[in-house]
Amino acid sequence: MVQVFIPSQLTSYTDGVSRLEAAGDSIERVLDDLDARFPGLKFRVVDEQDRIRRHMRIFRNGDRAQDLALSLTDRDEVLIFGALSGG
Amino acid sequence: MSTAVQLLIGTRKGAWIYRSDAQRQTWSVQGPIFLGHIVNHLVLDPRDGKTLLMAASTGHLGPTIFRSTDGGVTWAEAQQPPAFPKAATNGAATARAVDHSFWLEPGHASEPGVWWAGTSPPGLFRSADGGATWDSVAGFNDHPMYWNWCPADGGTPDGALLNQIQIDPRDPNHMYIATSTGGVFESLNQGADWSPLNQGVEANFMPDPYPEYGQDAHYIALAPTMPDRIWQQNHCGIYRLDRPGERWDRIGQAMPAEVGDIGFTIVPHPREADTAWVFPMDGTEVWPRTSPGGKPAVYRTRDAGATWERQDAGFPSHQGWFTVKRQAFCADSAAPLGLYLGATNGEVWMSDDEGGSWRTIAQHLPEIYSVVAAPL
Repeated sequence: MVQVFIPSQLTSYTDGVSRLEAAGDSIERVLDDLDARFPGLKFRVVDEQDRIRRHMRIFRNGDRAQDLALSLTDRDEVLIFGALSGG
Repeated sequence: MSTAVQLLIGTRKGAWIYRSDAQRQTWSVQGPIFLGHIVNHLVLDPRDGKTLLMAASTGHLGPTIFRSTDGGVTWAEAQQPPAFPKAATNGAATARAVDHSFWLEPGHASEPGVWWAGTSPPGLFRSADGGATWDSVAGFNDHPMYWNWCPADGGTPDGALLNQIQIDPRDPNHMYIATSTGGVFESLNQGADWSPLNQGVEANFMPDPYPEYGQDAHYIALAPTMPDRIWQQNHCGIYRLDRPGERWDRIGQAMPAEVGDIGFTIVPHPREADTAWVFPMDGTEVWPRTSPGGKPAVYRTRDAGATWERQDAGFPSHQGWFTVKRQAFCADSAAPLGLYLGATNGEVWMSDDEGGSWRTIAQHLPEIYSVVAAPL
């Protein structure tokens, strides 16, 4: 399982939990797994053209993920953040 | 008879509901609801009197629709919010994604459960299940003229908008929409096809100032007792169109020259087809979009736009610089009529004498995006 960090903006979907495990061998599949368990979460992070939303950030371990197809192993950590988005 | 009303207020930082007593003198407040969320529109379904739909997003998260059937105490998120179809080529200009839903319109009285939504970038969406799932309306979103009517580089500071949907109360197939990039469009087949309806409407920012399309239609409203009459507050003036006519009349030319006829919104009287109100703003030089001269006022016509009278009792007489956005001016249905406007400075103003005098009923809210009056 992949370790996932959920930002405060999304903990209303996860019953307040900010660290959890998800299944999937890519960023997209991890998001799909999260969305199946917490319906609606994925669309708040990724738009209908499969682009990560402008003020959201996803990292694989320490590196920023720009592509949902980025592969993952069970040793990886996925961090989702809300980026700076103005006042 | 009770004139109790509830005001559904959407702001840049959440929603509030203000509920009046039977005389509209004292108000109770519920909120904030979804504090920090950008709420562009909060609307009650007049067909059941209890379903609330809210168009929401945040600075970070994508757009969604929330639904409540218990007066806004609990909310459920749409299972499938408005979203454009997936484009064949990701990254192409045609790969549209909804940034936010801007306007929510309950469907025709004969179609319970049907809702319409207008979005930025301009898109028309329909729900047939009370707002739980939304489908792209191909008749507009995939119209062969879409990219002419809604060019990718067009738009307001908050993005290009399909900012309004109006349905003929006599015929669910007959609809109008307003956009910030193409002006007004009409459909005779419930959205399956659309035609521009902009004759006589100025677009002074275009090479041809009277184009077939390209206008910025800030707001349109059908006269409730005469649905063939359409009022329009446009980027370039105040207009009226009486169908089956095709050419709009610039009724704003009768406004005082020092005030002008620029504004965001126009409110028709629910019982008097010749009566409507506007809230002018300064559209000179660099477009301050403030109350002209720092002196807020509404203007009322009672003769279909031939003449206008200023109504400013209660508003600041000087140094008042707020303005009122597209969805933030409305009327209730009581007699005498109540009028309500939400200002960019977070104040809600009301008049319970058809605009004769004004008072604040809320202050210090975030920037107000929408105010909708509904019976209690």
